[in-house]
Parts: sequence; C-alpha cells; structure tokens
Amino acid sequence: MQPRLSFVETVVYGFIGVAAFLGIWYVLPTTGLVSPQFLPGPVTVAERVVVLTTQPFAGATLPAHIAYSFTRFISGFLLAALIGIPLGLVMGWFRIVDEVVAPLFDGLRFIAPIAWVPFAALWFGTGVGGPILIIFAGAFPPCVINAYRGAKQVDPQLIEAAEMLGTGHLRMMTEILLPASVPSIVAGLRVAAGLGWQSLVGAELIVASTGVGFMMVQAQANVATSTVMSGMVAIGVVGLIIDMLLRRGEAAIRRRRGMAE
Amino acid sequence: MKCFLKIMKIFSGAKLVRSRKTIIGLGAILGIVVLWFALTRWFGIIPVSRFPTPAAFWDALKQIELRGYAGSRLHDHAWHSLRLIIISFIVAVGTGVPLGLLMGWNRKAEAIINPIFTLIRPIPPLAWIPLAILWLGLGDAAKVMVIWFAAFVPSVINAQAGVRNIDKSVIEAARMLGTPPLRLVMEVIVPGALPMIFTGLRLSLQASWTTLVAAELVGALVGIGFVLNVAQQDIYPAMIFVGMLTVGVLGWFTTFLLGLVEKSVLSWSVRGRA
Repeated sequence: MQPRLSFVETVVYGFIGVAAFLGIWYVLPTTGLVSPQFLPGPVTVAERVVVLTTQPFAGATLPAHIAYSFTRFISGFLLAALIGIPLGLVMGWFRIVDEVVAPLFDGLRFIAPIAWVPFAALWFGTGVGGPILIIFAGAFPPCVINAYRGAKQVDPQLIEAAEMLGTGHLRMMTEILLPASVPSIVAGLRVAAGLGWQSLVGAELIVASTGVGFMMVQAQANVATSTVMSGMVAIGVVGLIIDMLLRRGEAAIRRRRGMAE
Repeated sequence: MKCFLKIMKIFSGAKLVRSRKTIIGLGAILGIVVLWFALTRWFGIIPVSRFPTPAAFWDALKQIELRGYAGSRLHDHAWHSLRLIIISFIVAVGTGVPLGLLMGWNRKAEAIINPIFTLIRPIPPLAWIPLAILWLGLGDAAKVMVIWFAAFVPSVINAQAGVRNIDKSVIEAARMLGTPPLRLVMEVIVPGALPMIFTGLRLSLQASWTTLVAAELVGALVGIGFVLNVAQQDIYPAMIFVGMLTVGVLGWFTTFLLGLVEKSVLSWSVRGRA
C-alpha cells in the first residue's frame, strides 16, 4: 500500500479529476463530436436548471416537482419507520414472532421494490397512495433488519437485570431494547432513506402525474435531454441532503453515547 | 467418550432448533396460503379486481406459459431478463472491481477518481433510465447501461475498501520476500480483498434487479418488467402476481448462484465456510 497523500496533494489530484471529467463533458458537445441534442454540456444543463426554477415543465416548476416528490418520500419513509422499527424489536424479543415472520420476510425481500408498482397503482392509485407503497417497499426491510439486529445485540446483562426486577414485555421493548438499539436503527434509517428515495424516483417514472421522476419521463418523451439531466441533478442533490441530515443525526447520537464515530 | 457424547448432544440440539425453525417457517407460509384462499375465495373479503384468487393465479400462470402473454411465453420473458442481468452484471463487475482495486492500491488514482465518484454517486441508478432510453432506445443496450450503473458503484467501493482492509504486515512481508508486483496483486491483494468484494457483489446484484425491473417497466418489448407493465395496463391482477412471483424467484435464484460461487472461491476464509 502506498503512503497517504498530503492534504494539498489530495486537493490537487481531486481538482485534476473533476476538471478532466467536466472538461470532457464540456468539449464533447461544443466541438460537435457528440450532438448537443444527445449530450448537452454542463453549462447548458446548469442554465436549464435555472430556467426550470421559474418556467414550468410538465405542469410545474422544478422546485414544485421536488416538493411533490419530497412529500411522498417523507410519508412513505415515516410509515416504513413507524411499522418497521416496532416489528424489528418485537421480532428481536419474541422468538416465536421471529420464527414466523422471518421466512415470509425473506421471501418478500427478493421481490424488487419497484415490482410492486402495478399493484400499488391498482390498489392506491397513482396520486399519493401508490408511490407511498413503493417507498414503503423500499424502505421497510432495512428498518426491520436493523431494529432486529440492534435488539439482538443488547447486552444480555441489561436484559437479565431488567427481567430480575420484573420488567414486563412492553416495558422491556420500549425501555431496554429500543434505547439500546438506537445506533443500529439510525444506521438502518440511512440505508432506508437511500433505498426509499431511489424507489420513489422509479415509481414516478412509471406511474405519477407530478414529481421529478414524472418530469424526467415527460422530458424523455420530448427528447429534451437537458431537462432529463436537470432532473438527475435535482434527484442527486435532494438525495445528498437527506443523507447528510441523517448522517448528522447519527453522529450526534453516537457522540452522546460516547461511541467512536 | 464423554467428549464424544457432549459433541453429539450439541449437534442434536442444533438440529432440533433447526427443525423447529423449519416447521414454524413452513407453517407460516402455509398459513399465508390458507389466508389467501380464505380472504379471496371463501369469504370474498378482498375483491377479485384487487387481488387474484388462487384459481385465477393458476389460470394466469397457465395462460402465460402455454399460450404466451405480452408477446412471448413466461420462460422466454424470464430468460430474457435473466440473460440481461448476467451479461450486465459480468460487465459491471469486470470493470468495477479492477478500478476499485486500483483505487485501493494507488493513492493518486484514488485522489483523482474519488471526487468524480462523489459527483455521480448521489444519482440513483433508476434516475439514469430516461437518459439511457434517450441515448440507446428501448432495446437491450439501454438496460445494459442502467444495470451497469447500478452494479458498478458497489463493486468499486467494496473492492477499494477490501484492499484497504488487508493487514498491512501481510503486504510488507510479501514485499520483503521480494514478491514481484504481478504475483503480489494476484496472490495477496486480490485474495485479501475478496471477502469485501463479494459483499459488494451481493449489493450489486440486488441493485441490478431493481434497476432492470424498473427499466423494463418504463419501456421494453420483452422481459418480466414488460409483463408487469402490460398486466398493469390490462388491469389483470393475476398476471401482475405471476410477474411479481417470477421477479422474486429469479432474484432468489441469482443470489443463490452468487452464494455458490462465493463459497467455492472463498472456501479458505471463515466466511466462505460459514
């Protein structure tokens, strides 16, 4: 393994990498090697993003589409967390629940979340309910798995002490298992947010009449490559912000518990 | 003798737990099937327009396999999707793992490539689908491109982390013994990074399926996602269910295959044996 690079070297090389990437992206369409219709340059895409903030495309401006997507995301994500975390804890505490639910859960897990789209549309329509089910399908498994793992890794001494003091099942789960598995749960929430956000984009590509995904499909149908790429930028930025917020939360919890970051 | 008895006891205990688990698991699945019959057929609580009865499911399965649906028969759709996954997965892993190994080994390469990755990574693979269709149309090439995006990133990241996690003293020992660079890579670096690489491959495989199904739902002419798409437009719940089950079975099957490969390749490591 090579020795670490100094900070300056890292920045310089990183700059070279990004400059080369943007440079090639810029040069290909401007020199006409690739048609700008096919691959618009970075400047064109940036301009398009700015234009889209005021000029509506596919029924709304870009910020409005983002707002639609984000509302759906939050609802589906909260639903997954509110059902998934308690289920994971119950599975971690009652062995019989674990043994009954685990095989069903394992079976469902192999079905890609996006494959729920037709049923989601059939059951809940394409407005809000359908996409929420898709986000739920994406975000639910990591919530359950991490709450379960967290509950299984609780120090047995804590459980024994609580049992000896006559703690009931409910209090055991809410006051021993839940607090002890918070770090694992928060890590799971981060994974869930990533998967949920990506599932939402997929769902909006297929069934929706608003949202960033819908805007991209409309742009694709109109061969508006720069608008498609603006959508990709928006999705990337929002995903990054969601991840950053959860990462902050995770770090804060770990610090409060005196755990290494 | 005493020791032997003790071992026997542990083994039979483990077996008992396993058989208990199997019985309860099978019971749970049986319970779901009974519940399915009860809710759709016997009591009719769930209307047929929302979820198929077992008989409707069976008819749909027969229809797609014997007469064909959405242009071809079930095994043709399934094979088409499976083949796309296998081809794209091999291409993505074949390009991603070497790049990850290079980034893990060479600090300069890492410093140059990492920021580009940071720019592209937040865009989920599914968001590439419209662009892929614009660039390459509705055929297989667009699917290969999006699956490549989905499978490439986890392969790179985990290969890189795998190299970083190799015990430094092992590398130093190999160097001290004068191992030539090629042998060092083939016999120390690659095997050392393999367990992490396989972790990445599993993530890649899952992401590949999600992406392929989504891509086929958005636009395709054949494949399991296309079956789902047509069934959705026809409002045909039984066929939707057939499509979903097929996606699940194929996903399970490829994960199982990858597990077999992992076991044979990693037979020397603790994880391969487990």
